[in-house]
Amino acid sequence: MLEINNLSVFYDARQVLENVSLTVNSGEIVALIGPNGAGKSTLIRAVSGTLPIKRGQVKANGQEITTLAPIYRARTLAVVPQAVHLPPAFTVWDTVLLGRAPYLNFLGQTSARDEALARQALEQVHALELAEKRIDEISGGEQQRVLLARALAQDTPILLMDEPTAHLDLRHQLELLQLVKKQAREKQLTVLLVLHDLNLAALFADRIAIMQNGVVCVAGAPAEALTAEILNSIYHVPVHIVRHPETDAPLIIPGL
Amino acid sequence: MRRKLFLSCLFLLLALFLSIAIGSVFLSPLEMWNTLIGRGAETSTAIVWKIRLPRTILVLLTGAGLSVSGASYQGLFRNPLADPYLIGVASGAGLGAVIAMSFQLPSSGLGLYLVPLAAFVTALLTVALVYLMARVGNTVPTSNLILAGVAVSAFAVSLTSFLMLRSSDEMRRALGWLMGGSIQNGWPSILAILPFIVVGVIVLLINGYSLNILQFGDDQAQQLGLNVTRTRVIILVAASLVTATAVSFSGIIGFVGLVVPHLMRMWSGADYRRLLPLSLICGGATLLLADVIARILLAPQELPVGIVTSLAGAPFFLWILRRAKNQGFW
Repeated sequence: MLEINNLSVFYDARQVLENVSLTVNSGEIVALIGPNGAGKSTLIRAVSGTLPIKRGQVKANGQEITTLAPIYRARTLAVVPQAVHLPPAFTVWDTVLLGRAPYLNFLGQTSARDEALARQALEQVHALELAEKRIDEISGGEQQRVLLARALAQDTPILLMDEPTAHLDLRHQLELLQLVKKQAREKQLTVLLVLHDLNLAALFADRIAIMQNGVVCVAGAPAEALTAEILNSIYHVPVHIVRHPETDAPLIIPGL
Repeated sequence: MRRKLFLSCLFLLLALFLSIAIGSVFLSPLEMWNTLIGRGAETSTAIVWKIRLPRTILVLLTGAGLSVSGASYQGLFRNPLADPYLIGVASGAGLGAVIAMSFQLPSSGLGLYLVPLAAFVTALLTVALVYLMARVGNTVPTSNLILAGVAVSAFAVSLTSFLMLRSSDEMRRALGWLMGGSIQNGWPSILAILPFIVVGVIVLLINGYSLNILQFGDDQAQQLGLNVTRTRVIILVAASLVTATAVSFSGIIGFVGLVVPHLMRMWSGADYRRLLPLSLICGGATLLLADVIARILLAPQELPVGIVTSLAGAPFFLWILRRAKNQGFW
């Protein structure tokens, strides 16, 4: 379970997050949406402990993250970063195995169990056949799945993801989100993820949190949060809401 | 990895043998063996124990130290062109060594240890300055790193030359030593730098895995549980300690710390747990071979080994630079 209470974060003098409060329960998926520059990635980074927190607090399974040493934080929170630079000379296998880093000694000696977990994680994202490849030999979408595998290998109760579907084709978008949903249900994984695709958010998230100008302005079930009025006021474009034929989830169609 | 370690050790043994055998008098393997176990002729005993062995050990320590610290700087700055010489640390260390020597400390006992310590202090100041000048956010672009290194290095070298010109004739002779590394002073120098190099190298070797994690950038490294700031400081201090002590008695020797780690990376991949020990062993061996060449190229005159390493290393550096421009860095 992840509790964010009145979180404020500054880049130098500029306030980028203002009194953000949001709770994600165990087994729940919360999608962060909002326009560019709203502070979604900043929120993910602040929650993961890589940005200094000015006011407020973040509690991961009851523990305040600023009081945790990095190694214990990494056993609680795993992060799938937004399309990032990866060191090209490492193999996919090395990269996924680094998810076990918070459990290893300083020499990084892995046990059979560490390797089994890394292998299992690669299987879950359907990327086992990439294991021997170098990171710069695989596509952006494959890198994204490898980063998810690394986070799964980290075996944490909380998973943070920053646009994990950005470089994926339709099939892999669905597969990735289905996998995340399955993990959330089966392992009571707490998931907070940034999504740009409102329809995917509506289909897979239990709740939606909408951010604007560093503030979480709306949070609620997809049907409550994704209304034409709210979306129009956030994105300043006309939208129509229709219903998904199978699940009745709201689907967003831009108006003309 | 075992096989590669074994091959590197063979390479090192060969280099050690050549370094002891070759010089104004050639020693056969048999003569060398007899001398080493204390049953050799008087002249060859003197040559081995007074001249060749101390020189060999000093060159070995210098090459190993520069190369392992070069590999560490490359990992730390996430830039394959970081080299103790190119980023100015070596010149900074040289300045400190000359400052310490200009006080004309006794060349034995504690006085001797003050030289590497002073070199260490100025090396740390240099690397901190270069890093702060070259940094953009959390990354250090190559061009910035090299430019800042060149500028700071030029400054340190000027100060060094100034100090030397103002000092006695005796000091001035040190110029040749510092600017190209013709190794001198034998056993006392070895004793003075050995503890620093050993401690620094051990610290670097056990940080191989941390260096691996650091390659993913500060954010990800922290999210993977690494205490990034602490790790960076430890590696920076240890690499600077090793560079400074190597420089303080062997002079400024360029490109070993660049070429050897790069070749090792091509041979065995980017894992620093392999890269650091292989760079250590092969760095020592490579500088020994360079030193042998320096001794025989214009025999009986001896060249500073730094001339040989720069003649071979600078073109190599340009080649990497071109290759990196075309294909992106590893």
